[in-house]
Amino acid sequence: MKILVALLVVFSVTLPALADPEADRLAFAEFYLSRFPSIELQAHKDGAYALDQAKREQWLEMEDFPPYEIAVDEGELLYARAFDNGESYAACFDQGGLGIKQNYPYFDIERSEVITLEMALNLCREKHGEAPLDYAGELMGNLTAYMAYTSRGNKFAITVPPEGLSAYEAGKQFFYERRGQLNFACSSCHLQSAGGMLRAEILSASIGHATHWPTYRFKWEQIGGLHKRFIECNEQVGAEGLAQQSPAYRNLEYFLTYMNNGMTLNGPASRK
Amino acid sequence: MNRNLSMILRLTALVASILFPVSLALAEELPEVIPTSIDKGRSIAFNRNAGNCLSCHFVVDAELPGNLGPPLIQMQARFPDRAVLRAQIWNAASQNPDTIMPPYGKHNILTESEVDLVVDYIYSL
Ligand code: HEC
Ligand code: HEC
Repeated sequence: MKILVALLVVFSVTLPALADPEADRLAFAEFYLSRFPSIELQAHKDGAYALDQAKREQWLEMEDFPPYEIAVDEGELLYARAFDNGESYAACFDQGGLGIKQNYPYFDIERSEVITLEMALNLCREKHGEAPLDYAGELMGNLTAYMAYTSRGNKFAITVPPEGLSAYEAGKQFFYERRGQLNFACSSCHLQSAGGMLRAEILSASIGHATHWPTYRFKWEQIGGLHKRFIECNEQVGAEGLAQQSPAYRNLEYFLTYMNNGMTLNGPASRK
Repeated sequence: MNRNLSMILRLTALVASILFPVSLALAEELPEVIPTSIDKGRSIAFNRNAGNCLSCHFVVDAELPGNLGPPLIQMQARFPDRAVLRAQIWNAASQNPDTIMPPYGKHNILTESEVDLVVDYIYSL
């Protein structure tokens, strides 16, 4: 309880001049460590399956035949295919785009906005004269599944340059702000109530929320990105879901992924 | 309705009336049941698109209740003043500003009279 109060104090400081992402992250990690003393931080990358043994076992059985495998294979083919001008995605990214997801999203100082991996892929296409892909579509899901797969085992290393602080702050505010008819913040469920049961659903910790995207969700019957989940979590409290890759969601992803710094990437994943 | 299906249903009804004549006869003689305010409140509290209280609270005969809030039991003992109970449901933040319980009245999730019915029901627990 004391830690929750301390967190609320830390996070209620809204003066941008005082923003200190690293202090925020340490408080965030400390909160989950004291909420779940017997669960190591890294384990939260499996979300709710880190918190319930029976659900975990069912899930591990499902993982014997990973439902995202096809997406990874298709994504690899897509990724290698040349654009009409002869170039390919590899030319747009460090290390040819392999094993780099731990650096996304980042704050682009020139464009003065947060760039997610999905957006970087579309910027690459645009640069080479190709039409952008639908953010909610299968092709984007497959491409990012492949890129996530090549980044497995790496650890998030998001940076916030001084120019990026206000984007970070906006994302943080979104996370702690109550919204919708039911009046919930992201933090109401995934921080304040993490580990509790909402009906039959166990509420996962936000410290593992960025590690495993895109995710094949049985409910969706397809692979989808983090922003698709944001939309669902917004709508279930009667708030408006925003467009995938809208500035507000990119800022939220920036904050959330910074909070996941040091966590091991394990995407793509499967969820119920 | 599909002809075969309606035939099957009618046959089932017929067989049932032969097998259980007494219970059917009883059912026919029962006066129409008028739901009490407690019944109405219960169904509002249970409905996922209305109170959905069970997503966070245990109450008797709840299936798969959540546990984010305390079990709703012995409410008269815990809320000797009914108005305090109503205020908790109307706007839980008035008692605890950091609450995660939705403000049912304040945010028009339920109407005034629905809140009253839910209070009737909860107070009976
Ligand atoms: C009313 C409760 C509630 C609120 C508010 C809420 N969520 Fe969720 N969220 C859930 C539930 C339930 C699940 C599915 C179970 C789980 O993984 O926690 C979920 C799942 C998620 C997941 C997927 C976890 C995984 O392991 O794949 C993410 C990411 C997430 N929420 C982020 C958010 C963000 C960001 C917000 C605010 C914009 C938010 N949630 C608001 C209830 C909520
Ligand atoms: C999302 C979670 C949630 C939902 C949904 C919810 N509650 Fe609550 N409720 C709580 C929490 C948490 C508390 C503990 C006190 C607080 O934080 O306000 C609480 C406290 C209460 C109390 C006070 C209990 C006591 O002994 O102090 C009553 C009564 C109550 N809720 C009734 C209801 C009713 C009736 C509904 C539905 C119409 C409902 N709640 C829906 C979370 C919830």
